[in-house]
Amino acid sequence: MSETDPSPTAAGADDGRRWRGPSFEDRMATVDFRVGDRAHITVDADVCRSCTTRACVTACPANLFAPTADGGILFNYEECFECGTCYMVCDHEGAITWTYPDGGCGVVFHHG
Amino acid sequence: MPGATTPDASSFDAIVVGAGPAGSAAALALARAGRSVVMVERGPFPGSKNVYGGVVYGRVLDAIVPRWWEEVPVERWVVRRSTMVMTEAQSLSIDYRSEAWGAAPFNGMTTVRSHFDSWLATKATAAGATLLTATVATGLVRDGGGRVVGVRTDRDGAELRAPVVIACDGVNSFLAKEAGLAPAPDASHHTLGVKEVLALPADVIDERFGVRGDQGVDIEMLGCTRGIPGGGFLYTNADTISVGVVVSLPHLAESKVRPEELVADLKDHPAIAPYLRGSSLREYAAHLIPEGGYDTMPTLVADGMLVAGDAAAMTLAAGIWLEGVNFAIGSGHAAGVAVDRALAVGDTSARGLASYRSALEAQFVLADHKRLRRAPALVLSERVQRRYPGLLCDLVEGMFTVTNPTPKRGGLRITRDAATTHGVKLRQLASDTLRAMRIFG
Repeated sequence: MSETDPSPTAAGADDGRRWRGPSFEDRMATVDFRVGDRAHITVDADVCRSCTTRACVTACPANLFAPTADGGILFNYEECFECGTCYMVCDHEGAITWTYPDGGCGVVFHHG
Repeated sequence: MPGATTPDASSFDAIVVGAGPAGSAAALALARAGRSVVMVERGPFPGSKNVYGGVVYGRVLDAIVPRWWEEVPVERWVVRRSTMVMTEAQSLSIDYRSEAWGAAPFNGMTTVRSHFDSWLATKATAAGATLLTATVATGLVRDGGGRVVGVRTDRDGAELRAPVVIACDGVNSFLAKEAGLAPAPDASHHTLGVKEVLALPADVIDERFGVRGDQGVDIEMLGCTRGIPGGGFLYTNADTISVGVVVSLPHLAESKVRPEELVADLKDHPAIAPYLRGSSLREYAAHLIPEGGYDTMPTLVADGMLVAGDAAAMTLAAGIWLEGVNFAIGSGHAAGVAVDRALAVGDTSARGLASYRSALEAQFVLADHKRLRRAPALVLSERVQRRYPGLLCDLVEGMFTVTNPTPKRGGLRITRDAATTHGVKLRQLASDTLRAMRIFG
């Protein structure tokens, strides 16, 4: 639980604004994920290396896509909202393969 | 044989994929008609994969669950609806309040999807529908002629068979795509909703929002998304507040702004921050919304298959009206009724199922969508999104800022100045007003 009370002195403001709410880790810690064994989303790093837009990196609300030093993309399926943003904003066919997690696995929203 | 009774445990009169509001309404209609129907839900319980703003407009339930308001898992009844246009340091609200909305049959209610969707699914199972949770419908089963005759599941690859499959599998509907009913996914017809549910004691919510008991508030916002087409929302639940933004997917991607930053902006806004002070984050969530409207809907029927709810892009995102769950229930129920009729005459081909579409056209689901088909484009247009919020705020600021000893400016002068400041020609203002009147009038 993180207080959202604005506090001008709190650390973490990188743009001169006031305090920006809970850290991303604290934010994701509020979500119930029942992680399955199978990665329901796979990323073809070879295709990603030729991508200049990298729309998935900033648009994914769970922040699951990370650029790697060699120009590829690292993806972690475990804390995925299963929203579909990544494959919809991706303009490279075959880069992102998207399915649902196995039945009963994945995100469980309690206040959706 | 269509319409026959269940020959074995894996064969039904109808299969409904997804136990959200569309799926449960479809299954309920079929079960009540005496049909054997199974709902296949991929989450551990209905509502577990669902996120909305949100408000449910319940009158669609009148014909389905008599006196639904006495049992629905409501958080608060919306008696105050506020539309707010804002800039970083300004906000202008149109705030409407009605005592009528706080009494039966009510208007809008805030509710939590894990509660609401589970409640509606229970109605279907009580009427005789079977609910399979934690099961993914991984694909369609077709006969030699290509007609849909069932679904494959991820339960040891088991198949379920039925003369009709109703796809209520949500915004990403893989089944509608597999059936060739939906076009390739297009980001420009979708928005991303990002929501925080913040805990706050009920009496604090009552005081801050000027309500009491089970009364609630709905605030819709425009101009709070850094120019990315979209808007913001705030809804009061019993002892939580739902706050978030909805933004155009391609524009979000292009902006390189992270979605949670937009929510943080909104929570920081001088008109919103005081409402949220001292609250703590209970859940962060995100979901896609099919906002393209009428012109982006898939074909609704195929041989042995229908599409309903978000899978059929039936969320209404027409600026001042933002509705989805009611459209899901309305379409799902109509699908169930159409399937029962088709089973009765033994024709579950696309032709036999065609009464589904005509039923939707005769009621609000397609009537509203058709009438408001040009609304999404106007609402997400450049001037509405980036110029008019500031223009309107400056106009009101100009009217009410007392500039003694300088005399007051006239209304036309203030309007002209505000328009110039925001790069809008009066001709454009007039033409957009006319366009809005044509769409909404």
